[in-house]
Amino acid sequence: MATATLGRRGKAAPFRTRERRRANLRALLYLSPWIVGFGVFFAYPLISTVYFSFQRYDMFTLEPVGLLNWKYFLRDDAAWTSIKNTLWLVVVMVPLRVVFGLGVAQLVTKLKAGAGVFRTIFYLPSLVPLVAGTLGFVYLLNPGTGPVQAILGAVGIPSPDWFGDPAWSKWGLTLLALWSVGDLMVIFMAALLDVPKQLYEAAALDGASAWQQFTRITLPVIRPVVMFSAVTGVIQTLQYFTQAMVAARVASGATDSAGSVFTPGYPDGSTLTFPEWLFQEGFRDFAMGYACVLALILFAVSMIFTLILLRQFRGFSEEEA
Amino acid sequence: MTATLAPETIARRPAASTRSPRGRALLYWIAKHAIAVALSIMFLGPLVFIILTAFMSNRQALTSQLWPQTWNWSNFADIFEKAPLLTWISNTVMYSVLATAFMLVSSIPVAYALAKFRFRGRKLAFLLVITTMMLPPQVVAVPIYLVWARFHLTGTLWPLIIPMLLGDAFSIFLLRQFLVTIPREYSDAARVDGCGEFRTLIRVILPMARPAIAAVGLFQFFFCWNDYYGPLLYAGTDQSHWTLSLGLAAFKSQHSTQWNLTMAATILAMAPVIVVFFFAQKVFIEGVKLTGVK
Repeated sequence: MATATLGRRGKAAPFRTRERRRANLRALLYLSPWIVGFGVFFAYPLISTVYFSFQRYDMFTLEPVGLLNWKYFLRDDAAWTSIKNTLWLVVVMVPLRVVFGLGVAQLVTKLKAGAGVFRTIFYLPSLVPLVAGTLGFVYLLNPGTGPVQAILGAVGIPSPDWFGDPAWSKWGLTLLALWSVGDLMVIFMAALLDVPKQLYEAAALDGASAWQQFTRITLPVIRPVVMFSAVTGVIQTLQYFTQAMVAARVASGATDSAGSVFTPGYPDGSTLTFPEWLFQEGFRDFAMGYACVLALILFAVSMIFTLILLRQFRGFSEEEA
Repeated sequence: MTATLAPETIARRPAASTRSPRGRALLYWIAKHAIAVALSIMFLGPLVFIILTAFMSNRQALTSQLWPQTWNWSNFADIFEKAPLLTWISNTVMYSVLATAFMLVSSIPVAYALAKFRFRGRKLAFLLVITTMMLPPQVVAVPIYLVWARFHLTGTLWPLIIPMLLGDAFSIFLLRQFLVTIPREYSDAARVDGCGEFRTLIRVILPMARPAIAAVGLFQFFFCWNDYYGPLLYAGTDQSHWTLSLGLAAFKSQHSTQWNLTMAATILAMAPVIVVFFFAQKVFIEGVKLTGVK
């Protein structure tokens, strides 16, 4: 905008720098809430987290302990369990969600009758509040009470004790994630509808099958969108917290009342995710220095994926304005 | 999962078995819609079972029967006696409304500047917005918690509301993505008419950005309505500060194993979201599209 003004006036250099300075100041004014927020809620706490990672702190006494917290991490079995579980979710849940979301989106774009109704139905579960959806799934998949047992039994398949069996609990969470795939579906539908129609017409003339059209035309064209969704999916999964917490809490029947202790991860640590363990250490056991070690590890891993994402954005933001 | 490959596989199979192209198209049509119906049952099934269970008696809810023997409407009255639901609802509404209002006031100017101003560090600012949007909130949770504790605000929901006055990275990002698409000519025309930058934003850009603002506002509102991590961290053990999500997660364990009442409370938490969605479906879908990058 400032350059547009410049162009019109076409004044000499000193004037131009003053114009530019005014434009910078104006931007600063508009951005000021975010700049303050960035400092207070991001930059300061990040530096502070590094500082606390070398301290023992329980909100009462602060004691420098050097690398003790970091050494403890290497021996902390629960932390490694949570890393394994989080990795499982990244490797299994994220790809399944992307593939399923893409499949559903492809199906809806191909429907002639009732596409709008189907789109609404498929999208609806992704709006259900996480806690409510998780509660529903724990009930539905509960072998004693839920209908899934009854339905599978009728077909002759024995139903596992989903959220009560360490071998199946993460699959239960995966089913929940696939159920709420609607947001991905909408993103993929938008991308699929943007693929130029002529490409398909030309391919059909050449006798390409539907599968060939999908792999040779659709996938290459929508690849950036799929990649973007996969990477954001990984980043979101690194934060996976609510569903695991609620499922474990409800399935274990643990109470919140004072005096009783609930340790996330039921059954047998199989649903313990990394952010859950960070939360537990920092805000339930008040080992805040150690929680900062876990926070920095989470920061480092998330940052790697964020950088992958930013690289995709760089070319993208240079195009306009 | 198998359904993802099905449309293409099925599309080829009839090609071998039927001769006329019209018969093939018909089979293809039937196959696609059959899969869609099957998927619909899978997507709607859990919701239907939650609703059915909410009407059952407590004893029946512990069996694997699907249909309520008697429709116990009183379950929905009972849950209000079992738990301070009204308090939780009003806390949730306060959190959601204030956070959304604060977010809009602070984030719109930021998004506008990122989308339309040229200034030094513009690209860096945008990259930092994306970075803060992507990084898990747990990364910086400890020091922020300690700051709120120093102000004696832990044990309330204010630590979740006040920061919204300083903008929300995800909302800034989405609004920016929309504002970038508004052609420059509109704001240029306003300037020729003698509008200042701020009046251009209020009079010209905001009315045009109404769908995006509505979408971002709804997303924020629902994020707060559904939020579990934030209230769990800050609301503390005093139930009078709890939100609906927090109360709901604890509901079942506090009332032995009354699945019917738990499901009734679940419906209470879902209903507003679903009702609003049906009134503002288009806004939602357009908003979700903004989150995918093109």
